[in-house]
Amino acid sequence: MTDTSRRSFLRGAAISGAGALVGGRVAAQAAPDPAITELQPWQQYLGEGVDARPYGMPSEHEAHVVRRDVPWLTADPVSSVNFTPLHELDGIITPNGLCFERHHGGIAEIDPGAYRLMINGLVDTPLVFTLDDLKRFPRENHAYFLECAANSGMEWRGAQLNGCQFTHGMIHNVMYTGVPLRLLLEEAGIKTAGKWILPEGADASAMTRSIPLEKALDDCLVAFKMNGEALRPEQGYPVRLVVPGWEGNMWVKWLRRIEIGDQPWHHREETSKYTDLLPDGQARRFTWEMDAKSVITNPSPQAPITHGPGPTVLTGIAWSGRGTIPRVDVTLDGGATWARARMSGPSFDKSMHRFYYEFDWDGRPLLLQSRAHDSTGYVQPTKDMLREVRGENSIYHNNGIQTWAVNEQGVAENVEVSS
Amino acid sequence: SRDGGYGLGRAALEEEVAAWDIDIRPDGQGLPEGEGDVWTGEELYVAQCATCHGDFGEGAGRWPQLALGMGTLTSDDPVKTVGSYWPYLSTVWDYVHRAMPFGAAQTLSDDEVYAITAYILYLNELVEDDFVLSSSSFADVEMPNAGNFFMDDRPDTELTAFSGEVCMENCKEDVQITARARVLDVTPDAGGGEGTDP
Repeated sequence: MTDTSRRSFLRGAAISGAGALVGGRVAAQAAPDPAITELQPWQQYLGEGVDARPYGMPSEHEAHVVRRDVPWLTADPVSSVNFTPLHELDGIITPNGLCFERHHGGIAEIDPGAYRLMINGLVDTPLVFTLDDLKRFPRENHAYFLECAANSGMEWRGAQLNGCQFTHGMIHNVMYTGVPLRLLLEEAGIKTAGKWILPEGADASAMTRSIPLEKALDDCLVAFKMNGEALRPEQGYPVRLVVPGWEGNMWVKWLRRIEIGDQPWHHREETSKYTDLLPDGQARRFTWEMDAKSVITNPSPQAPITHGPGPTVLTGIAWSGRGTIPRVDVTLDGGATWARARMSGPSFDKSMHRFYYEFDWDGRPLLLQSRAHDSTGYVQPTKDMLREVRGENSIYHNNGIQTWAVNEQGVAENVEVSS
Repeated sequence: SRDGGYGLGRAALEEEVAAWDIDIRPDGQGLPEGEGDVWTGEELYVAQCATCHGDFGEGAGRWPQLALGMGTLTSDDPVKTVGSYWPYLSTVWDYVHRAMPFGAAQTLSDDEVYAITAYILYLNELVEDDFVLSSSSFADVEMPNAGNFFMDDRPDTELTAFSGEVCMENCKEDVQITARARVLDVTPDAGGGEGTDP
């Protein structure tokens, strides 16, 4: 095609209407684009120097990408939760400043010089470590998801909150650097009778949970870095416990003490809370693992389709407390037809996984769902399958399949569909 | 790990362990000597607890309800309190002692914790008003819901059932929307709803 004929072709396409598809490509617009033809300020004036931002922040145009809370959920913001903006993120690593928070006594601000970790109970020698001591043990690096046991808990009785930030945002996934807990326990010398550990936080809630010694010796970490830098205060600075694959409540922040015992302690956070009530009035206790789960983050209620019909990127996250996620299926029609999504990026044990499904949207309404398969062969169940076993009052461990309804305008909504 | 360990850290002193090791177990391990009666507990409770938990443990606003709710665990709206749900009395003592009052944790003496715990039992109609809770009477209190907790049974009830082949095509004939979040309209407004913007 010559230059002249190309120009007249494009002019003709523009007349036929902005946004019309020509050979699969959106037509050129009628008038020149001022973003190109006009000199922009950043092309003309000097920007800030290297001394302006000692600790960089996101662009001001990303100011909406923040943690959010739901005031009616709890009595007080000090013992409460906020939510990671999953719909604005990609890949598998959650930026430290956006990792959801869950405190029971607010954020403890600990002077690292006054930080101490005690190990006591059924040990040969009760020990006290400083932060400097901990940093002299051999370290490991692992990316793990941390999901609150109550993530999606508001959705047990039906669709309540409109956005994956609120329905699924009590999760984050970061690279932890820390010392295997096993090394610290061995330093103290565990007595034969020792079967359980009790990690305890240094904050005003003095959080405690009972963890079987087998897990403590397996893969728990005493972590002091997240994504390469010191833990954020709201994530337990200077030291937190990492309990891979298990419910977030057990990842004790501001870790000050680990006791070894011969029985579980049955403390408040494993009796009154983090026990799962079933329809017959009985309750499961010690429901530690977080089962395989996924959610489509885009499109979603906070991230509608704004580009009209044509090529569309569907993406989301999947994770399992029991292993990796080799496969995610997605449906555009509420579960009548499924296709395998494309997994992209690293696949780590008990970590977040990223999936994509690219399709040409024809502009008709969609009912989007994702279905995770984990490395044990477990397949993420529907909410109805879970309710069949557990009823609607178990609060925790809702890993049911999420549905987003997308209308002709591309607006997405949290819904439930018939099975 | 290295033979003989790394030689890092130092031995904890008895006083240090005593200062931090405050946990109590269902069998009473960790309970200090001491005692408190229901009426002493009422005075302390009214002064230190009732603002949030209500005069009768009924809970104010969204603050936790501490008392009653018996017989509701199989209902549509279970009320999970110390009396209706908690399996062990030790948990009450331990938690009140370590984390309450909210905002002034670890300010209660051992005797005060015994008294407040006795009063919470009284509010739940589990003891008479002349009851004195002590390290020795502790084991006499039976918690009504103690037998209704069991170890996670997902390996038996769910993991296999939720594994295996999945349907990929023609899985449903007709899909209906059965619930919508927007009907409830309780999501904070992204445009700057009440109290949600930083």
